[in-house]
Order: sequence, then C-alpha cells, then structure tokens
Amino acid sequence: MKILVCIKRVIDYNVRVQINREGDGVVTDGVKMSVNPFDEIAVEEALRIRERGEAEEIVVASIGTSASQQQLRTALAMGADRAILVETDESLQPLASARVLHKLVEKEQPGLVLAGKQAIDDDSNQTGQMLSALWGRPQATFASKVALDGGKATVTREVDAGLETIEVDLPAVVTTDLRLNEPRFVKMPDIMKAKRKPLETIALADLDVEMPPALEVGAHMPPPQRQAGIMIESVDELVNALKEKGVL
Amino acid sequence: MSERDVMEYDVVIVGAGPAGLACAIRLRQRDDSLNVCVLEKASEVGQHAISGAIVEPQVLDELVPQWRDKPPEIFVPAAKDEFSFLTRKRSIRFMTPPQMHNKGNVILSLGGLCRRLAEFAEELGVDVFPGFPGAGVLYDDNNTVIGIRCGDMGVEHDGTHGPNYTPGVDIHARHTILAEGCRGNLSKELIARYRLDEGKSPQTYGIGFKELWRLPEGRVSPGLIRHTIGWPLDRRTYGGSFQYHLDEDRVYVGFISGLDYADPHFSPFEAFQQYKHHPSVHSLLEGGEILSAGTRSIVEGGIQALPRMEMPGAMLIGDAGGTLNVPKIKGVHMALGSGVIAADHLADNGTTAGFDAAFRDSARGRELRKVRNIRPGFKAGLWPGLANAALETVTFGRLPWTLDNHADWSSLNTTANAKQPDRNWVERDLPPRDRLASVYYSTIAHDENQPVHLKVRDTSICATRCAQEYDNPCTRFCPASVYEMVDDGAGGKKLQINAANCLHCKVCDIKDPYEIIDWVPPEGGSGPNYQNL
Repeated sequence: MKILVCIKRVIDYNVRVQINREGDGVVTDGVKMSVNPFDEIAVEEALRIRERGEAEEIVVASIGTSASQQQLRTALAMGADRAILVETDESLQPLASARVLHKLVEKEQPGLVLAGKQAIDDDSNQTGQMLSALWGRPQATFASKVALDGGKATVTREVDAGLETIEVDLPAVVTTDLRLNEPRFVKMPDIMKAKRKPLETIALADLDVEMPPALEVGAHMPPPQRQAGIMIESVDELVNALKEKGVL
Repeated sequence: MSERDVMEYDVVIVGAGPAGLACAIRLRQRDDSLNVCVLEKASEVGQHAISGAIVEPQVLDELVPQWRDKPPEIFVPAAKDEFSFLTRKRSIRFMTPPQMHNKGNVILSLGGLCRRLAEFAEELGVDVFPGFPGAGVLYDDNNTVIGIRCGDMGVEHDGTHGPNYTPGVDIHARHTILAEGCRGNLSKELIARYRLDEGKSPQTYGIGFKELWRLPEGRVSPGLIRHTIGWPLDRRTYGGSFQYHLDEDRVYVGFISGLDYADPHFSPFEAFQQYKHHPSVHSLLEGGEILSAGTRSIVEGGIQALPRMEMPGAMLIGDAGGTLNVPKIKGVHMALGSGVIAADHLADNGTTAGFDAAFRDSARGRELRKVRNIRPGFKAGLWPGLANAALETVTFGRLPWTLDNHADWSSLNTTANAKQPDRNWVERDLPPRDRLASVYYSTIAHDENQPVHLKVRDTSICATRCAQEYDNPCTRFCPASVYEMVDDGAGGKKLQINAANCLHCKVCDIKDPYEIIDWVPPEGGSGPNYQNL
C-alpha cells in the first residue's frame, strides 16, 4: 500500500507571531519555519505503519513556495520515500488546497491519506474533510490511534466527550491529533540520505485547479494586552475587589 | 536503533556563526574536494546569533562579494556616529573615539547574516547541520583531536533513555575547528586539556543585552549610531550602551557591562533597563513595542588573553578563542577574518600546526595587538581608563607594556566588604517588567523533560557559604532568572535551576565566584530563537 502524507510549512510554534507594520499579515522575515506539528505526527504515523509491514511506500506532498522544499526534506529525513511540491507563491485557502491534493490523489492512487487535523497558522481544520468529500472516500478525523486491518482502518478519535472509535473502509483520509504519537528525532546520516531522495516539483498552474477565493480576510489584530495584576492582602480585600469588578 | 553512527569528514566545524561559516566557505573555495560539515546547536542557523551588530564589510566583500545582492533582513548603512557621557539626568556629547567611527560600515542582524552565509556555504557543497550541538571532543591515543561527538536526543530528566532516544553521531575528521563563540563548552574543555592559556593573561568577559524595538512613526533616523558611557554604571564598572537606528521605524537598543564588576548586588539586566529610562532614551522608546530581545556574553580579554589557537588536530577560531576588538566593539569582522585565515592555513599546510602564529602575524592579529591595553586600562575606573585609552590611541599601541586582565569570577567583593555604590536608579515603566517578561521576547524552545544542562558541581554551598559571602549573585547576574533560591520546606533555602529559561549566554559559567557552574548544551534545537538580532 502507498501512503500519501500532506504537510504544510508554517511559522514554528515557538515563535511569537507579530502583525506586520502594514497590518495586512504577519511578520515572516527572519522567523523560524517548521513542518506543521500535526503533519509531523502524520509523517511519523506513516513511518510506523510501514515499519509494521502494512505499507510499502510513503509519499509526502506540500503546497507552497520553493522554500517548502526544506520541510519536505525534513519529512524525507524522517524516512519518507519521495516528495512532491506543488509550487506557488500564493497562499491557498482550504478548499483550493483540497482540490490540489485531490489531483495528487488521482495521480498517486494511495491506499491511505494522512494529514494533520489542522495547520497551526490558520487553524482551519477543513482541508482533510474537504479532500475526503472531493475524493468520495471516508474520513476519520482527530485520530489518536490508527490500526489497519486489510481493507479497513480502525481509528480512535478525540471528540469532546472523550474517545470515539470508528471503522472506515480504505482508501480513506485520516487526520491526526496530538496524542497519536511522538515524532522521532531526525538522524544526521538520514539528512544526508534525504538530499538524494526524489523531490518532484509541479507548478500549481499545471494542475488546472479552479480556485475562486471563498474567504476574505477582514483584518489582523494582536490579542489584547493583559492588564497588570494587583496584590491583595486579605480575603476582605479580595471580596471588595471582585465586587468592584461586578463579578460578585 | 540506539547504535552510535559514525560519519567521516575532512573538516568538522562546531558552530554556524560568522567564524565557522566563513571558514567553511573559504575551505571549499580553496579546495572543493574537501568534505566539510558545520554543526550548530540552534534549531536553525542564526537563531542563537546575536550581536550589535555594526560590521566592517571588507572581509565579507572579499569572501562572498555576492552577499550585497541578497542582504540580510536588516541591512542599514551607518550614517552618523554620536558618543556621549550620561549622568542621571543629562547627556553630554564627547568626541567620538577614532576606533568608533563607522563610515562605510553596515548595521545588520547577525542571525540574518549567518543564514545567508549558510546558504552560500551549502551552495559550495558544505553540509550544515542545525539542531546538532557538539557535546564532546573525540581523541585518539596520541592525544590528538579526531572529531566531535554530537549531543544525544531523547534523554529523560533523570538521565534514562526515553522512547525516542537517539544517540548523537560521532563525526570523525582530519581537522576539527571550534567556532563555538564566546565561552564555548568544548573550547573550554580543550583550553584546559592542552593548557592553551598557559602564560596568557586571564580571559575577561562582558554581558551584552539587546532589544529590537518598533517605534511610533518618524522617530528614527536610519543609520544613526549612538554610544554612551557613564550612568547607570558606577565609575568602577566597565560598560556602556548602544543605540542603532534602522529602517521601518525600528531601532536596536543594547547595553554591555563588564563582568569584572565588583559589587555582588549588581544586576546587569537592571542596569540595561535603567539605561532605557534615561530621559534621552525614554523619550525615544516610549509608546514603542519590543519585537525581540536577547543576551550573550562577550569576550573582552584581547590578544594578551587569546589562548594558543592550535592543538594537535584542532584549532580555535573567532570568539571561541577571543578575537573580538573591544575598543571598536566589533567582533564579526574579526570572527570572519579568523575563519578565513584558518581555512587558508589548512589549505596551504594541511595541518593545524602553525595556525596560532599565522593568526597573530596577520592583519587581524596586528589589529588586536594595537588596541591591547585599552580595555584593561578601565580596571582603574572610568576617567583613568579614558585617559589611558587616549594615550594608547595616539601612540598606536606602540607603548612597550601590555596590561593584564583579572579573572571575572575572582573580582566580586564579598558582601561584608562590598561598598554598595549609590546607583541613583529610577522607577521603571517601559517593558519588559522583569527578566521573565524579557525571556518571552527571546522565544525559547526547551523540552522540560531533559536533564538540567547547567551543571552545578556542589549545590551544598549555595544556601550556606555562598549566601553568606556573596548573597547568591547567580540570582542577579543571570539575565533569565534561571537561578533562584527557594524555600527547601525545612525552614532553609535551596537552589532551584529553571533550565528552560536559559538563553545560552554562559555568564553563569564565567561569573560564578566558586567556578563550579559548567554550561553544557541541552538537547539539540533547544534555546532561544532570536528574530533579527
């Protein structure tokens, strides 16, 4: 079986994201970029499935500028076999991304598509679901456990009330949650091997995907500043302070 | 899975800073058959790099002329120099010392420059490995350095191997080059092992703080360079401020204090924050916001403290040795230059032997020799220091003596002998509120479930001898509140190490009065992620 893993280049989760001076986006100059952490979990899961002998080939794909090659090389160093970059300078919205990925699915015919449940930059949580709909195959989102058995996948999902276990027919789209696994560290010799693994680049225009923008960004705003706290000496003072705030 | 891999290279360089990357680039330019790799402890090249940074660009122009075509994210030509003496309320303009004229120089982000240099190096076929700290030096039976052991990943807090444990690779190389920057942990080991500092003056250091601010429109004059001495430091403490005006309403503000200060209650962090509240600075910053901040120790010992830079199989370059030019307050061109000289030496001779003499005889070495007496002159205080600096400058450093340094760890007065100077410090209202708030602007990544990487050899003296003699100066000299004295639950105090705050500045390793703190690198990729510093 072939697994297609979708990854996205995002601002690293440690970075303090800042609005740019024009107010129409965030600062990316000199900012550390990484593989979206949920996507890294998806790559790790694919590797574990292959290590169990349940898959033969792992293909990683990304949509973005040529800089996204760096994140694809990271996935290759972790152990993926080859990579595809759909190159564009535009920032795609979830539906457009899903359509592009659908084209790749048609081309590659994977038995399983793995992706992060959402990217930590726009937190949309839509692309995996939309891909499943476009492809006409089942979806299992928020996965914290994945077990394959022949033509089926048993997936434990993290839902509001706890855990839910479902069974889906393969091929399917599975999106990964935080507790599914802890990705491995990349080893130095594998970084060298990754440099020689195939990385195919496809221009977005060549895929002939229609992308009318469905969403419009109104404004970017930093979260409100936290007000300075006050030290309180006694319970009475606390009660009075809460009353002043109208909490009590 | 847990076998240790071995990789072979002709040259391994530890540290992807200006020295290491310049050396790698020059090596491949001279001989493209050499296999060269560069190790870097930060998660990406440039994330731990921090410097003023006003750079003399001649070395760069010679090494990689194309660097100006795609300059670092921050790149502002120097326009005007100002040098002032501060009192609590006033700012008095002095003549700018000749070493501090910056015509033709550029203000840039060192992290940005390192990223570009890494790209050039990779284009030339150098393997650059960010996220891999040098954890140990490998030796053969003849006491020759034969390579570097990289740090292990996935070690748990108690030292056991976690589920993702990955042992660091051993890199075997014909030549090992230490370019770790100021107070590198492997350089420290090698200096001790090969007694590279024998017959040299003790090394001395400073601590430098830097913040990048974005100000309300119209306040900055791009290229304006301001340096000050005086307040908020007392006359016995060496140091001063820098203020470099950038484009897009941004400004670098920073402050450097010599680590040979004597008052155990002095807090370098607080001195920096106080400087920002001088009337002439406060009016500039008020209403602005901090974009990023960082701290680093700075090597200040000059040529008399520069250890022998060669040993069997290995060399020290840049500030791992200590090539910074203190009167110019510039280290980047020296680091780049020393890397180039090391590469040329290896390419010409095929051995590390003779590099020390080659560096000292070079233009860079002579530049250091000329200014050797300026920094130590300030041990006598600010005014005698300035007088000595003027004398050394007009005589071009030809006076027949060389002044000695004092080891920083030994310069603290005990609390019983400390005359606490009247600092005349003010109430603050500009951010950050305190050191923890400042650490937030350094965006530190540090997995807490790893062993503490600040090795205090004897914590039993913290609550007893050190508390009594020095009142635990680690709780003040650390810029990130890593060291705290907390209740031990039995009515006493004990040391708590908040390793996850560590900015990798290494001041604790330098200033601790008992010399019992060893800084070692945490898991690869840990530490600050400096943005445009």
